[in-house]
Amino acid sequence: MLLNASGCLDALVAPDVARGLDAFVTKTVTPLPRDGNAPVRIAETDVGMLNSIGLANPGIDRFLTRMLPRLEQLGAPLWVSVGGFETDDYADLCSRLDDYASVSAIELNVSCPNVETPAESTAQIVAAARLATRKPLWAKLSPAVPDIGEVAKAAQAAGADGLSLVNTIRGLKLDPRTLRPALGPGHGGLSGPALKPVALDAVATCYRATGMPIVGMGGIRTGLDALEFIAAGARHVAIGTTLFADPDAPARIRIELHAAARERGWTTYEDAYAEAHREALSVRTT
Amino acid sequence: MRRERLSVVANEQIGTYTLLRVRRGGIEPGLPGQFFMLEAPGRLLPRPMSLCLALVGELAFLIDPIGPGTQALCALEAGEQLHVLGPLGNGFDLDVERPLLVGGGIGIAPLPYLWERLGSPPAVLGFRSERHAEAAALVPNAQVCVEPTLVTELIPAGFDVLACGPEPMLEAVRAVAPAAQLAWEAPMACGYGACYGCAVEIDGVLMRLCVEGPVLHAA
Repeated sequence: MLLNASGCLDALVAPDVARGLDAFVTKTVTPLPRDGNAPVRIAETDVGMLNSIGLANPGIDRFLTRMLPRLEQLGAPLWVSVGGFETDDYADLCSRLDDYASVSAIELNVSCPNVETPAESTAQIVAAARLATRKPLWAKLSPAVPDIGEVAKAAQAAGADGLSLVNTIRGLKLDPRTLRPALGPGHGGLSGPALKPVALDAVATCYRATGMPIVGMGGIRTGLDALEFIAAGARHVAIGTTLFADPDAPARIRIELHAAARERGWTTYEDAYAEAHREALSVRTT
Repeated sequence: MRRERLSVVANEQIGTYTLLRVRRGGIEPGLPGQFFMLEAPGRLLPRPMSLCLALVGELAFLIDPIGPGTQALCALEAGEQLHVLGPLGNGFDLDVERPLLVGGGIGIAPLPYLWERLGSPPAVLGFRSERHAEAAALVPNAQVCVEPTLVTELIPAGFDVLACGPEPMLEAVRAVAPAAQLAWEAPMACGYGACYGCAVEIDGVLMRLCVEGPVLHAA
């Protein structure tokens, strides 16, 4: 499947772009409304971009009453990204979403670099969310940890159904004239091509550690980029920063992905799945 | 909105600015004040530019080469191609009785097209230097000032003000013309509501400029 990275598309403003995806992932919803961080919120870097949006969203109440009914009109499967500041927030959000048949899956954003990190561990959050919903749970992890494979294993043990890899990592850009931070809040989350090697390694590591279904994302600009993530162990891929530059990217990347797979002797791109780790996996599972 | 790969017709130097002219292709010019995302060669993100002139079969953008993206755009040569997405956002409301155009610096970019659409209304333009002020030629018969004189000192009473310029200028304009239409500016990654990056705080309210602006009523 081809998805968008959470926070990189507003399906209500650009429904045609969202319909080009296999599922639409919402911007992270929090318990209460948030305006987000003070401007300036984005800055381009040499090989990526920084953002510090700060989880701007209408909060779960308005999301359910005002946005979800309109998102349901899209006709695309909906994944809802949820975020909070303590374990109970995640459990409450999942519980609220559990009754809505239109919600196909829930992504647990436990890794936003632009807000205070929840004090509890990923495993505690996943376990609490697991008790609150029957929906498929995807844990979105940060690669900025000593061993992401261990975090993935903990998420799996706590009941996650899949992993979304990766979230942005913290970065800083200084205005070359003033040598002051280019972003209002100072640092931001790094995305785009600069993140791709980090993300690819996270996918390969977590796939090897858990064998779980993974949505791979981080700097995917072309079908070949997407194929690399699939070969590393991603079942699905998501595009983020690329959508900013090219709203036609979903259709283009699909075409390129099929072509790139065929050029390498695969009938479909799924055949490339975990190519890089077939051997490692067979060792792990025997 | 529509995205197409367009060919460069010419890049013309106007004072310190560059007028980038591209073939129009199937892209509509939209309303004055609306903007387009221009692919900046070699850069990750496109750059937002309001339309400066809707020439026959062409779109023209006035660019100030202040960073790597705008410098790459100004270095484009005739025949080279770039992706253009637009028109985007909300332009000026043209239903005004006594229009007066007010522009500052590169903020004059949307005014030549606005001037044309409104039937050559009066205009006042302010610039940092005489060299910057050469771009005033794009708005015929405009009254022009150079710092230390500020453009807000030239705004007469009784007009419907339509303004574009740096934020301090817009704040000063709305102090003297509370009903003015103001075209704001902010860094944008996408231009179509996806990134939430162009939020600006106006009177304590955060607005996504690409969707709710860039032209906003001052009051």
